[in-house]
Amino acid sequence: METKFSVKDLDLFYGAFQALHHINIEIPGKQVTAFIGPSGCGKSTFLRTLNRMNDLIDTVKITGYVSLDGEDIYSGVDVMKLRTRVGMVFQKPNPFPMSIYDNVAYGPRCQGIKDKKSLDAIVEKSLRGAALWDEAKDRLNKSALGLSGGQQQRLCIARAIAMEPEVILMDEPTSALDPIATQKVEELIESLKKDYTIVIVTHSMQQAARISDKTAFFLMGELIEFGDTNQIFTKPHDKRTEDYITGRFG
Amino acid sequence: MVELSVKLEEENSVECALFLHYFEVEVLSVEKEMSVNQRRVMMEKLFHGIFFTAASIAVVSVALIIIFIFSRGLQPFFPGNEFGNYNPISFLTGLNWRPSFGTFGIGYMIVSSLLATLGAILLGVPIALLTAVFLAEVAPKRLAAIIQPAVELLAAIPSVLYGVFGFAIIAPAVRNISPYSTGNSLLAVILVLSIMILPTIASICTTSIRAVPGYYREGSLALGASKIQTIFKVVIPSAKSGILTAIVLGVGRAIGETMAVILVAGNSEGGIPSSIFSIIRPLTVNIALEMGYAAGMQQQMLFSTAVVLIIFIIIINLVLSKIQKKAG
Ligand SMILES: Nc1ncnc2c1ncn2[C@@H]1O[C@H](COP(=O)(O)OP(=O)(O)OP(=O)(O)O)[C@@H](O)[C@H]1O
Ligand SMILES: [Mg+2]
Repeated sequence: METKFSVKDLDLFYGAFQALHHINIEIPGKQVTAFIGPSGCGKSTFLRTLNRMNDLIDTVKITGYVSLDGEDIYSGVDVMKLRTRVGMVFQKPNPFPMSIYDNVAYGPRCQGIKDKKSLDAIVEKSLRGAALWDEAKDRLNKSALGLSGGQQQRLCIARAIAMEPEVILMDEPTSALDPIATQKVEELIESLKKDYTIVIVTHSMQQAARISDKTAFFLMGELIEFGDTNQIFTKPHDKRTEDYITGRFG
Repeated sequence: MVELSVKLEEENSVECALFLHYFEVEVLSVEKEMSVNQRRVMMEKLFHGIFFTAASIAVVSVALIIIFIFSRGLQPFFPGNEFGNYNPISFLTGLNWRPSFGTFGIGYMIVSSLLATLGAILLGVPIALLTAVFLAEVAPKRLAAIIQPAVELLAAIPSVLYGVFGFAIIAPAVRNISPYSTGNSLLAVILVLSIMILPTIASICTTSIRAVPGYYREGSLALGASKIQTIFKVVIPSAKSGILTAIVLGVGRAIGETMAVILVAGNSEGGIPSSIFSIIRPLTVNIALEMGYAAGMQQQMLFSTAVVLIIFIIIINLVLSKIQKKAG
């Protein structure tokens, strides 16, 4: 199994506060990796180091090494290019206040694709990929803000897919959705892992168990345990992992 | 109440104490509450009345001004006016204003006002918007903290000072490049007005750009968009209604501005401006220059000019409320 992200000795500071301590992890390609852990343990922070979204925060200082396919993403890499390879879906669905079509076409257009036919094709393919085509095909030119929360989140996934990224990072993508919408997104994630490497942050143990191949457990900025999801949930090596998944704290 | 309780307690009687307790808890508290409540209700009503009166003053003033101006300004167009009648079409489309000849055409003034406003918007809005983008999105916080108060101070400068600036600096500069012997011109008016509306538009745009939620920016950047793409494709469109509001307010300010314009407009007696170097006579200037001494028909026609101006302002405000309603 090829390694997609390789992280070595990663420390991250918000000003003087150290949010991540010496993270070492190898995230495999074409699999679903779940990050779990109590609130504030640094899951989102770590996820955002993988597409350098933390660059947007002035106070952040990062040391250590993060590579994508063996290439150090923190030195000599074009951040914009990196983000076309590593897409992201946020906790709160955040479609732009424009039409469904324009939302999906946004990324490709930013890359300079103007041809209407190519864009049409990309939009359809992405919406199909995100299992939204049937619901959206008759209202492509309507505002994306008119969609339901679950549809909006799938639109955000479609928007990410439209870039044909290699990796999709998802930060609690279903926490704002009802159970039915959640199930749809989970099914979608299942189907996406054929083509994409997926890293997902989740607060739901069941969700991690259902959809992920690998699970990483974080606690207070440290990576406590990382392994096959099955192993983590049935025979955790670390006492703290066991306490967390059995609900004894967090 | 306190005295009573002291007295009763001094007697040290259990019954008294009990009675007192009952009296305090059941009777007094109910009575007290009622009176407090009644007072609150009264205060409520009183303040309601005060608020209503205050708000009515504004409405009544607006109504009075409009009624007054319309009743005076429309008189010349109705039969039986003491100074004679004037054809409203010739008034609105006339290209000459010669009170001594009884000629009162404001068509060329309407055109001047509109051209000056349009020019000021075309020039001022892009600069203001770029200023706002710089302040809200690009400038380091410390630099923004210096520039923003400067922009706000610019908004607070009395308009006559803009006029003085235009008279002393802009008009002479325009004269240097003008085919005519004066720098007073449509161009000078446009320049003064665009500087004048710039701070208002820039401030409102800055506020509305800052109000665009961060998750739109994150969403865009996470798709590999550049910062500039994010600003022009997501942030500015999201701030659209605020920006439109700013523009409409700018239009209102530009079309209604008088003092700054008088000093650089020239004083055209007629004719549609043929170039940006032509002298002009916007509606506001017409009213301000002559109202002081005019009488009879001339004075009425100045009120008629005011009617036209007020209609423009009402239209602008309708547009504004439409925009704001649409934005929710
Ligand atoms: N912009 C920031 N500036 C300063 N500190 C921050 C910032 N963002 C996060 N932190 C801190 O870093 C730590 C990790 O935050 P993070 O958001 O990564 O946690 P999380 O595991 O995603 O939590 P949750 O499950 O609640 O989303 C927290 O202590 C948080 O307060
Ligand atoms: Mg988080």
